[in-house]
Amino acid sequence: MVALTIPSIGRRAENTSPPSAAAEVMAGCSLRLIEQSLTARYSDWIAEALDEIQGCFLITDPGIAGHPIVFASHGFLAMSGYSREEVLGRNGRMFQGPATNRRSVLEIREAIREERTLQISLLNYRKDGTPHWILFHLFPVFGVDDGRVAHFVAVQVPIPRRSRSLSEARCGGARGRLFGACRNEVRSDCDLGCNLASDLFVDVDNRGLEAEESREASEQEKERASDAANSILSALTQYSKLTGRVVSSKRCRVAGISPLSSSLILSLGRIKQSFVLTDPQLPDMPIVYASDEFLSLTGYSRQEILGHNYEFLNGPDTEVEVLHQIRQSIQAECACTVRLLNYRKEGSSFWNLLHVSPVRNASGKVAFYVNVQIDENAKSEGLGLSPHMRQLGVVGAVKVAVRSLSLCAGPSRPSS
Amino acid sequence: MLTIKRVPTVLSNYQEDSGEPRGCGRNCLGKCCLPVSKLPLYAFKSDARPEISSSGVDEPPSDFFLNGLLLGGWEDRMSRGLFRYDVTACETKVIPGEYGFIAQLNEGRHLKKRPTEFRVDRVLQPFDPAKFNFTKVGQEEVLFRFEAGEGDKAGFLESAAVGDANTPSVVAINVSPIEYGHVLLIPRVLDCLPQRIDPDSFLLALHMAAEAGSPYFRLGYNSLGAFATINHLHFQAYFLTMPFPVEKAPTQRIPVVKGLSQSKVKVSKLLNYPVRGLVYEGGNTLKDLSDVVANSCICLQENNIPFNVLISDSGRRIFLFPQCYAEKQALGEVSQEILDTQVNPAVWEISGHMVLKRKKDYEEASEEYAWRLLAEVSLSEARFEEVKAYIFEATGLESEEEKSEPEENKGTPQQSSTTVVAANRFPEGCLVLQ
Repeated sequence: MVALTIPSIGRRAENTSPPSAAAEVMAGCSLRLIEQSLTARYSDWIAEALDEIQGCFLITDPGIAGHPIVFASHGFLAMSGYSREEVLGRNGRMFQGPATNRRSVLEIREAIREERTLQISLLNYRKDGTPHWILFHLFPVFGVDDGRVAHFVAVQVPIPRRSRSLSEARCGGARGRLFGACRNEVRSDCDLGCNLASDLFVDVDNRGLEAEESREASEQEKERASDAANSILSALTQYSKLTGRVVSSKRCRVAGISPLSSSLILSLGRIKQSFVLTDPQLPDMPIVYASDEFLSLTGYSRQEILGHNYEFLNGPDTEVEVLHQIRQSIQAECACTVRLLNYRKEGSSFWNLLHVSPVRNASGKVAFYVNVQIDENAKSEGLGLSPHMRQLGVVGAVKVAVRSLSLCAGPSRPSS
Repeated sequence: MLTIKRVPTVLSNYQEDSGEPRGCGRNCLGKCCLPVSKLPLYAFKSDARPEISSSGVDEPPSDFFLNGLLLGGWEDRMSRGLFRYDVTACETKVIPGEYGFIAQLNEGRHLKKRPTEFRVDRVLQPFDPAKFNFTKVGQEEVLFRFEAGEGDKAGFLESAAVGDANTPSVVAINVSPIEYGHVLLIPRVLDCLPQRIDPDSFLLALHMAAEAGSPYFRLGYNSLGAFATINHLHFQAYFLTMPFPVEKAPTQRIPVVKGLSQSKVKVSKLLNYPVRGLVYEGGNTLKDLSDVVANSCICLQENNIPFNVLISDSGRRIFLFPQCYAEKQALGEVSQEILDTQVNPAVWEISGHMVLKRKKDYEEASEEYAWRLLAEVSLSEARFEEVKAYIFEATGLESEEEKSEPEENKGTPQQSSTTVVAANRFPEGCLVLQ
């Protein structure tokens, strides 16, 4: 044990459990982001259209930091016991629990990262803490304009225990009846000389379910999942035409700049500091990614700066020698830290402690430069790390993300 | 006397000076310097409950404190030229195939140095202060101390006096990294513990995995005889934002009739993977899980069975691989073709991340090669079942298989009554030249 008095790490580092994360997400303008996620692409009528589709499903937006849920169907809310407010803005992992198979969690994570469809059985937990098996069917919906994943849709079909009649297995049923059925089920299983250790049935209610390694979905359930998926995709495609931001179930090849993968954007979105990525392979080394914090710091919008060179931050009093120094470092593929005068959109200036570093991808070649800004006069976050260390932390996180995520460009796919 | 030439890996910039211990002007990690030094200190919340709530945090923000501290520090050491090479300049790829083994072309990792004698036939060997150990490492290679705090929250001090009150545990850079962010966790560095698992140190390692909170930050351990290169207790760790092949392999739960029910730790057997192993999950608390695994490792140590351990999924899944490659190599039982690739199958290789030294091997790397190499590492089915039985007995478990009639997956009854071959097949005094 350490005897020193040690300052606690700030709230952000501490709170990794979902309720606090939700509180942070919902604060500020995130609620608006959640609402706009669907309406901006599918028009104001999409919610109504989705409400008419039977079934339990969620829609998530990988373009928003934290990959939050932006829509939950009535059926889903009824099945899970949560209210809409409790679910919107949170990440889908909130429904996982202690007995959820970790390999299944890995598979879902990888399907999201690789932007592909996945159908697996999964043990989820309702609001009251009870576990239930579902067939989880995930698929991406791509924007035709930029080839990026606009949304993920997760359809969920309850998988009842086989030997019971379907009516007894309805998850929506009263809790007492459900557990009563479980007990009977367990006893009869034991009588049949089941393989499971008797230890596991000491406390019957949930353990029986949690003890199951997996539960196969029937063809009927798989069909239900596919049908719901098709209806949802159809609605999204149809309504996306109203705004012109059309979607498709397939990624379309996009001419021009190949977009950053949504998994890279997701990773970069977790870095809560001001930085941009520029692409040295393209003419004029344009900005291909800008963090929200950069936009707040400089006053520009994302559309105004993507595709442009970083030099718009410079102005009349920016030292030419410093700019030269940066250019030289880039030529030499080296990192550098400089202090220079930069300008916001509305004209005010600030002293920028800028760190520029090359970032290589899996081929070992420089794929991007990361520029991390610190406003010298800004109040320090007080998390205990010096500003320079925090800058370097950003560089490290970006390097890990770019290197690892460019690895999955290979054709390897695990078979289920 | 049997000898094996093994390609060494340099872990610290000071490793070459192993013959001549320097004086304490060097600001090292020995008793001469460390107690009067100041280092950054990260004190994790030490209550026994799992760090991560049961609803399962998947991945925290990238500026999550510990990761920022580790990666920022690492990048800083890079800019100071403390690494032997820039690992991000090493080409890496996923090998096409079902499992997606990861191969890296890295010619700089295996640097020759003058040979050190190191027995490969004993898993437990006493600490030898004359040989290279981490007290000789310069403090600039240390990123921060990582220890249990007293409060109910994690805490950080940028510069904390070490004093002589505690036994500091440190996180240091690995100067021959296998990936960006490759570090070493050295529990109680001043206690000069040899490379052997004990419950407290293993728990520290699990806490680090849980504290980092990312399923892509894994810790690994190699015992002596399973390609540990330094006989001073340490774990390795790094980030790789991809699943390891071993993490994707299916598992089959080993039903246990008594012993584990209280702690709720689940033990499974790895299936469809070239190296046989056990997978530990669950547990009411991190300590419950840690103790079961640590006791399993101790059992292997005491039976002189070399092994590797992978801590993955933020400390929620732990893989244990008993192995026998060094023994096979010494007895000339490994094909020359495999030996020529000079891959020492330690924990990362077994998990599916291979560092290759020659361009030819990298370009021709195939899943079939990876499988063949790793199959040489694995215990045979019969031997694995024996070892599993030792482990279960040592950890007070009784598996259902032992109770009931032999099932399909147990193998034929004849195999289980094979004469127990002595774990140590070497003649006395087997050496490895590094």
